[in-house]
This record gives sequence, C-alpha cells and structure tokens, in this order.
Amino acid sequence: MRFDVRRAALTLAAPLLAIIFAVLVTSLVLAVAGDPVGEVWSTIFSKPKPRNIVNIINSGSVLYLSALAVAVGFRMNLFNIGVDGQYRLAAFVAAYVAGEAWLPGKLNVVFSIVVAIAVGAIWAGIAGLLRVTRGVSEVISTIMLNSIATYLVAYLLRQVSAKGTNNIHTNDIPVSSQLAGFKIVPDAPIAVYTLSLLAVVAAVFYWLLLNRTVFGFNLRATGQSESAAVASGVNVKKMIIVSMLISGGIAGLIGMPLLFGDSYNYGLTFQTGLGFAGIAVALLGRNNPIGIAFAALLFAFLNEQSNALQLTAGVSNDIVNIMQGVIVLSVVVAYEVVRRYNNAAEQRRVAAQLESTRQPEEVAA
Amino acid sequence: MTELLEKATGTVRKVRPTWPVVLLGVAAVILLLAVLREITGAQDVASSGTVRAAIRAAMPIALAGLGGLWSERSGVVNIGLEGMMIMGTFGAGWAGYQWGMWAGVAFALLFGAIAGGLHAIATVGFGVDHIVSGVAINVIALGAGQYLAGLAFTGKQGGGPTQSPPVEPMSTFDIPGISNLAQTLESKHWFFVSDLGAIVLGLTSRLTPLVIGGLLLFVLTWWVLWRTTFGLRVRSCGESPEAAESLGVNVYFYKYVAVIISGALAGLAGAFLVNDSTVYREGQTGGRGYIGLAAMIFGNWRPGGLLAGSSLFGYTDALRLRSGGESVHALVLLLAVLLLFYAIYMLRTRRSQALASVALAVGLLAIFVLTDEIAGDFTGMTPYLTTLLVLALFSQRLRMPKADGQVYRKGSAG
Repeated sequence: MRFDVRRAALTLAAPLLAIIFAVLVTSLVLAVAGDPVGEVWSTIFSKPKPRNIVNIINSGSVLYLSALAVAVGFRMNLFNIGVDGQYRLAAFVAAYVAGEAWLPGKLNVVFSIVVAIAVGAIWAGIAGLLRVTRGVSEVISTIMLNSIATYLVAYLLRQVSAKGTNNIHTNDIPVSSQLAGFKIVPDAPIAVYTLSLLAVVAAVFYWLLLNRTVFGFNLRATGQSESAAVASGVNVKKMIIVSMLISGGIAGLIGMPLLFGDSYNYGLTFQTGLGFAGIAVALLGRNNPIGIAFAALLFAFLNEQSNALQLTAGVSNDIVNIMQGVIVLSVVVAYEVVRRYNNAAEQRRVAAQLESTRQPEEVAA
Repeated sequence: MTELLEKATGTVRKVRPTWPVVLLGVAAVILLLAVLREITGAQDVASSGTVRAAIRAAMPIALAGLGGLWSERSGVVNIGLEGMMIMGTFGAGWAGYQWGMWAGVAFALLFGAIAGGLHAIATVGFGVDHIVSGVAINVIALGAGQYLAGLAFTGKQGGGPTQSPPVEPMSTFDIPGISNLAQTLESKHWFFVSDLGAIVLGLTSRLTPLVIGGLLLFVLTWWVLWRTTFGLRVRSCGESPEAAESLGVNVYFYKYVAVIISGALAGLAGAFLVNDSTVYREGQTGGRGYIGLAAMIFGNWRPGGLLAGSSLFGYTDALRLRSGGESVHALVLLLAVLLLFYAIYMLRTRRSQALASVALAVGLLAIFVLTDEIAGDFTGMTPYLTTLLVLALFSQRLRMPKADGQVYRKGSAG
C-alpha cells in the first residue's frame, strides 16, 4: 500500500514538474527575445474576472469533449488526428439541420445533436474502414480527411447560404431552440453554455464504457497488447471500427455548446483547430477522464488569461502556444522517466524480497 | 547487400522495376495524358505550364517526404515534419530578407535541424512515443513560428506580425538547347510529340538552384542509404536495432543523426516555399509536412517511389491551379478508366475489390458525363482525395521498416 501512495505521488509529480519546466522554458524564450518576463506571468496568473471565469469554463468544456474524442482512440493505440475535421463537418451539418427547424423547440436541439454525433461518427468511420479493409494508417487517412472536410464544408456552406450576400453562414437557429445558458458565476455578464453539460455526460459515458463494459475491457486490452487481445478472442477489426465510430461521435459533440450557446449558426468565423488542441489536452490528461478535466481547464485558463498580454505587457499571446507545446512534450517525457524509475524500483524491490526469502533457507541448510 | 538483407528477412514480393520498365511506364503515362488531352480538349492536362506548376507544388512535399524517409529508415516516425517545416519557413524568411535567399536556405536547414534534434532527444533519448512527440513539436513550432515572426517582422518595411518583408528569390535559368527544342515541339500541337515536348520544356526551363539541389539530394540520399556502410547502419537501426547493437552499431548515434537530417530536410522544404512565394507567411506550410509523410508511405519508404508520389500530388495540385474546373473534370475520366483497368486486373483474384472499383468508376463516369467542370472547392480536394485513393489501393503492398515507430532502449538486446 505504501508503495502505491508513492507511485500516485510520482504520477502527480510528473505534470507539476512539466508545468514548472514549461514556465522556465517560456521565461527563457521571453528573456532571450527581450520581452518583459515578470509582466507576462503576472498577467497570466492574475485573478481572472467573472467574465474570464465563464469563458474558461466554456472553452474548457469544449476542449474536454475534444480531448475525450482523441482519448478513446488513444486507449487502443488508434491515433484519431481527424477530430478537427470531424467536429467541423458535424457542426456544419447540425447547424444546417437546426437552422431548418424541422422540429420545434428543444426537440430540434436534441435532433441536431444526434445528427452531429452521426456525422462525426461517419467521417471517422471512413478512416476506420480504410484501416481494417485496406490497411491505410489512420494517422494519414484522418489528416487527408481533415483537408477534405475543409473543402467540403466550404462548398456546402456556399450552397446553403443566402445567394448574393457576403455573410456566408447557415440559417440562424430559431429563438425557441437557442439555449440561454446558466448564470452560475455571479457578476458575469455572460452565461455558461447549457451544452457544457455534454462534457459531463460524455465523461460519465467514457468512464462507464471503458471501466464497466466488456467492450471497454477489450478496448483497453487491445491497446495494451494487441497480440494478447487477439489470443483471447477479441475481434480487433471490429474494435477498430467501433472505436473510431465512438471517437468520431464524441468529436461531433465538440461544436454543439458553441452552436446552441453562442454563434447560433455555422459560418466562416466558427471556431476551428479545437481538434488539434484536444490531442494535446488528452496527452496531458493521460486519457483519464479526471486528468483530462484538469488539463482542459489549464489550457482554457492559459488561453483566456493570455488574451490580455498584448495590452498589459506588449507581448504576443502566441507565447502561450509555445508554453502549451512544451508542457505536453515535457509531461510525456516526465511520465516516461517516472515509468522507468518505477520499473527499476519494482525490480529492485522484487529482487530484495527474493533475496530475503532465500537467505534463511541457505542458513538452514 | 540490399538484396541480401531483404532476402534474409524474406520480404521481397516482387521484382524491383528496371530502367526499361520505368521508361516504358513514363512513356505510357505521357501517352495516356496525350489521349486524355485529345478526347477532353482540356489543354492544361499536359502543358509546360502545368508541369512547371507541378514541380513547384511537388518539391516541398518531396523534400519533406525525404526528411520523413531518413527518419523512418532509422526507425523513428516523424509526424513533426510539419512543425519542422514551419521552423524552416521562418528561418528562410528571417535570414532571407536580411542577407538573401542563400542565407535563408542555411537558416532553414539550421532551424529545421534544431526541431529535428528536439524530436530525437524526446524519442530516442527519453523513449517517448514517436507520434506524441511529433504532435507536441508541431504545437511548439506553430507557436514559436508565430511568436518569433511577431518579434522579428513587426514594424519592418513590408512586413508584419504574420508576414516577413519580401525576400529576393533565387534567379531562374533554362537548360539551353533542350528547352528551345522542346518549346518548338510543344507549340506544334502534335499528338504525343507535343505532349512530350511540353513535359520536357516544363522540366528544363525556369529552374531554380533549389529544384536542382533538391533532386540531387534525392540521388545523394539513395546513394548514402543504400550504397554506403553508414546508410546500411542507419537502415539496420530501422529494421532491427537489437541486431544492429549486437554488431556494435551505436544505435542511438545513428538515430540521432538521421532524425536531425530529417529535420534539416523538412526545413529546406520550408525554404523552398519561401523562395517560391518570395515571403514568409503564417500558415504557409498548409499541411504539406503531413502530405510529404503520405507521399513517403505511398513511395514504400524509398526515394524513387517518394518522388513519384510527390509528383502525382504536385500534378493534381497544379491542375487545380491551371484552369482547374476543366482539367480536374478531365482527370475524373482518367481516374474512372484507370479504376476499370484495375478492376479487370483484380477480377480473377479478388472479386469484391473489383466490384468496388467498378462501382467507383461508374460513379466517376457519371460525374464526368453529367457535369462540364468541377466546382472550385472540389478541385481543391483533388490532391487529398488522390492520396487517400492511392493509399487505399496500394497500402497492402507496402513494407515499412520493421522496427519503425518502436521505442528502442539501449542495452535491451541483452
């Protein structure tokens, strides 16, 4: 038991060390570039205003969904880089469906979310299908599908937009289907997206799926040792397809909080790049639903707090990208170092135990 | 030596193409394009302008892919090519506008190599998962490129936070004699002969030292990796690092060198982009690093195949730019016919594949007949769709280095 406590401490130490290391590296970059180091940190680590807190919760929940989509694949060694394309295509189709308002009020919201899940799953499923039938690496196919999605959305967007105008976007969602959000932060002029709840739902789903179902067990087993999983009768091809579908389905949710809580349509300004951020967040959170929550909030916090950098310190907020990248790289390095250390410690411990049990026998003999 | 090695691992499945076969293949492609041009009337399917545009589009992808080749031959998957390329574009823009394009090339190589070194430290030194490290490098390089550009170019004449001041591009030159003859031939509009002339003209006129240098790097890579002891050792690290180590090869050293070279080549690909557009611009790489990786896989981890893959990609990309709607429309017909041939070829052995191909071909034919040209957004998709289709058709014939992507720890050979 004592060993486990130490092990847990080590696991927690890794991300903390990585963040400290990232702060040091970023400070070094700032210092070398001649930017004011102190003011940058005092801006980033200043107390967020109520408005900022709401923004952090909102973008954190969106990042959380994105990271969860990536994490499902990671748990069985599938690399779904295509989350970005999947959520953009899904958000577009859902926005179109919601804008057409075939169903009244809240039913429209539910229907659109189902559509988004389906579209995301199908787009990811293409990569899964290519992998199992044609042996195409999902890393490459999802990258290609991201680019194809970009052009496809651009084309479809032009088809559905009002002709002869410059504001290219889907029809606005009817007011009865717009969601007002929760005013849970006092004094904040804006509300937390209602569909941030999707992050909680997805988290519970993810945890139950992986830890309480046969499918989840098989998924984790395949991820840890494919040959062992095959030997125990797991149909790896089916697992790959289903995992990609689930990953894409969760990816489909990413755009929903934004769509129903903020933009109310899909246009040229709809937020992009969330899928790539999700990869970094999933890595930082070690594919663990709670770890990802912390990672998503940290990334959202850094993004939000860095917006003021240009004003207060005259520094471009791109510095935060460097910091986030360094956090991810150093955290995986730290995990690896900790893992090796643990392995070595385990070996020593077992060796010591063997030694101590053998000694008396020898004495007796 | 190569044959021996591959025989030993028992993986040779087909005969390596010989020169006559390659030349016949090239002639067949030209003939196909000539026929296509005659049938559809899409002149830009085979024109010197298209070939020139294809080279411009293909070179950065080919160089990035060559970077991937070095890295993966040593057993390290390099998805960070995109980020290394971004560092290259920044280096080329930053040094290029101050001291000329040659200095830009030098700094692109340097910055790319630094990013490659980072990847090597993470993957080889610390044994981090290769793809994870690559993704992290892409994130860092994206941020670093934007941050550094903001610092270096803001307030400079003609520059800004997302763009460098203009860079003086390298001067271009023609290969005298050949290009003149080819130009005469192209202008005649004779079947096949003029198409050949157009392609030769595109290949021999308005060249830059970077194109020539890039092609030489391909020859050099082939020679070093497949004809020298050094190269054999690099490849042995990618095939079986344990065996290499047991023979006294310093696996870490060769992996480090290969991954750093890989970064430098990706940086050079960035310099090519800067020279081409005479400026560093944010988002200039546009995913070409990833496509380079796909071209390398398409090329079966070999320089010749990689060059063919990049050319295919460059060609489809160029068509989009040269009266895209019409040209890509013609390409749809070509694709449909090729798929039908593939289906016939597969009919005896794999019925289901043949049927799928026929279905796809019929769909494409329907598109060809029912439309006059392809909408702009779809022509933009062509390169990516082509890559996906080609990989779907040929992925199973590929053989990657055996230990590619696996983390290796010194001393694990026992």
